[in-house]
Amino acid sequence: MAISLTESAAKHVASQLAARGKGVGIRVGVTTTGCSGMAYVLEFVDELAGEDSVFDNHGIKVIVDPKSLLYLDGTEMDFVKNGLNEGFEFHNPNVKGECGCGESFTV
Amino acid sequence: MVLFSIAEPGQGRAQQVIRRKRAVGIDLGTTNSLVAVAKEDKVDVIADVHGRRLLPSVVHYAVDSAPVVGDEALNATGGTTISSSKRLMGRGLTDIHYQVPYTLKDSGDGGMVLIDTVAGAVSPVQVAADILKTLAQRAETSLGGELDGVVITVPAYFDEAQRQATRAAARIAGVNVLRLLSEPTAAAVAYGLDKQLEGILIIYDLGGGTFDVSLMRLHNGVFEVLATGGNSALGGDDFDRAIADWICRQATVVVNAAVDYRRLLKLARAAKHALTTGERTPLQWGTWAGEFSRTQLHELIDGYIDATLSACRRVLRDAEIAVGDITDVVLVGGSTRTPRVQDKVRTFFGREPLCSIDPDEVVALGAALQADVLAGNKYGDAALLLDVIPLSLGIETMGGLLEKIIPRNSTIPLVRAQEFTTFKDGQTVMSLHVYQGERELVSDCRSLARFDLRGIPPMVAGAARVRVTFQVDADGLLEVQAEEVASGVKSSIVVKPSFGLAEQDIAGMIQSSMHSAAADKVRRSLREKQVEAQRHMEALRAALAADGDSLLDAAERQDLQNAMQQLAAAATGEDAALIERLTEQLNNQSRDFAARRMDAGIKAALAGQRLDAVGDNF
Repeated sequence: MAISLTESAAKHVASQLAARGKGVGIRVGVTTTGCSGMAYVLEFVDELAGEDSVFDNHGIKVIVDPKSLLYLDGTEMDFVKNGLNEGFEFHNPNVKGECGCGESFTV
Repeated sequence: MVLFSIAEPGQGRAQQVIRRKRAVGIDLGTTNSLVAVAKEDKVDVIADVHGRRLLPSVVHYAVDSAPVVGDEALNATGGTTISSSKRLMGRGLTDIHYQVPYTLKDSGDGGMVLIDTVAGAVSPVQVAADILKTLAQRAETSLGGELDGVVITVPAYFDEAQRQATRAAARIAGVNVLRLLSEPTAAAVAYGLDKQLEGILIIYDLGGGTFDVSLMRLHNGVFEVLATGGNSALGGDDFDRAIADWICRQATVVVNAAVDYRRLLKLARAAKHALTTGERTPLQWGTWAGEFSRTQLHELIDGYIDATLSACRRVLRDAEIAVGDITDVVLVGGSTRTPRVQDKVRTFFGREPLCSIDPDEVVALGAALQADVLAGNKYGDAALLLDVIPLSLGIETMGGLLEKIIPRNSTIPLVRAQEFTTFKDGQTVMSLHVYQGERELVSDCRSLARFDLRGIPPMVAGAARVRVTFQVDADGLLEVQAEEVASGVKSSIVVKPSFGLAEQDIAGMIQSSMHSAAADKVRRSLREKQVEAQRHMEALRAALAADGDSLLDAAERQDLQNAMQQLAAAATGEDAALIERLTEQLNNQSRDFAARRMDAGIKAALAGQRLDAVGDNF
């Protein structure tokens, strides 16, 4: 089981971690929500919890709790520019459907 | 596609999604105002719920009722209707040398004029604030939330007092001004001219009642206004009057009644618009019927167009720029749609003018682009426009002379300092009087503020060294400091232009906006409910499209559709409680469907997994 970052995503995470000044890595997870099932969680991590899985990608630690890993296995996180917007995008092979805006998804 | 940003630990999901800041551009015009927003791939004007894009800059004040703005104000009766009040912004009674159709009053303290209405005196700032409030609400309804910031355009020739008055209006309206942008700069930005490195631009702005021409130099991404000119009483309305008078001559009638003349003007305007595309158009007035051709139109309006070109010639001469040096000509204002105007401008400048963007909207669109950048939505490439100081700033020296400390067109923010000395032996006080203007004598310039530096040690004349520092921050706020270098005594002032509003006036207006806070709150709550309802329906529609067939039977599906239709109908209305109730109801009805989808999703995820691989986690 694994979660990966593209090189571009890793670079942006690294620079954001550096700008923030602390943190051991980023947490990727899912949370149940609204009508369409689940939404992604993406946040900085200051302390590891015991049951977390840690994946190292281009020197960046990606931390995932075991329950989320079930829904995220094989996911690749990319950094993209889309018109005037830029941000991280998830390529999750487990996703069967997304809600209209893509904010939440079902597996 | 949705993009995410990294949140702080434990902030939950809501923080995840990058929210584009809601930043809009507002063209606060003399005749019409409008608001525009930059989205992912395009910039567009925001229309009101009736699809109207332009908001007439007209406010109707009546006793015991809230001000009415725009088209509704044009038709309102029983109160005082104020139009074109932009001309009065930041002006004292002594500044106004022309006729206005309402009674003006001195504010009593030498400040800005007040306009008498049946609902009491209002300042031009209040009128502008009411217009801004309407535009902001329009934008908030369209964008689904509170605005993060706005860019408001002002004419290039607006001085410090007029700019401060515009800012004050924004404060009263409760909108956060990211920047004031000059109208010609905004027009140039809309055409993407700011992407060029160098250029000399002419912005030809012929509106309904005013003509402005600005000559600008673009140098390393900084727009510098070289010269401005124009005529505040020349525009498309003159074309209409000329056509109306021509009709009178042809029909050999005299139209005296105001209501008839208005009808005649409407006919004239329609004929003018018809000739924008056609060669000739039929006309009828009373018993007279005839035909109006382009040749006749040209005879009637050529004089006016030539007057605008003389103004252009003057501007070129002032700046010592030859026609051949101009790289771009931009057309702004509805009257530049007239083909004859375009032809004459093309001939005069010897190049094809830029007119592909709607000339009524181009300024607002440019402002929207700039707002988008300033709000940080475009942090990829920092295409920041630099602001310049429109008029020189300085202090009065002996003999009533203006010593300029910051020359006009300096880019802000900046700090400049200069040393001065005492004039008399034993002088312990120095009075500093800050002025804005280009003239040599302070009596020809505008006084901004005055303050004293006290406690200078007694010395012979010319021995004291007083360092005067002018500092202008990115918002254009000026702070002046004076320091006697040897003793270290200092004094400073933040400039509030004397023709701007006094702090207590602004406080009073903010207070009066508090009175309508309750009504504003109700409106906001309704808007929130509408947005919430739309959000729910969108999600459910998507879910139905994906799994409606497999997880629901026909009756269940029909129930959900019905509930959704009910909510959709309610959401266009104004009954917040009803919308909330129906949203809640739809939510409850769809809960079972959501649960089934969740179950189906988990089943699919677990299919094919070994029990011991997942068992620990559940």
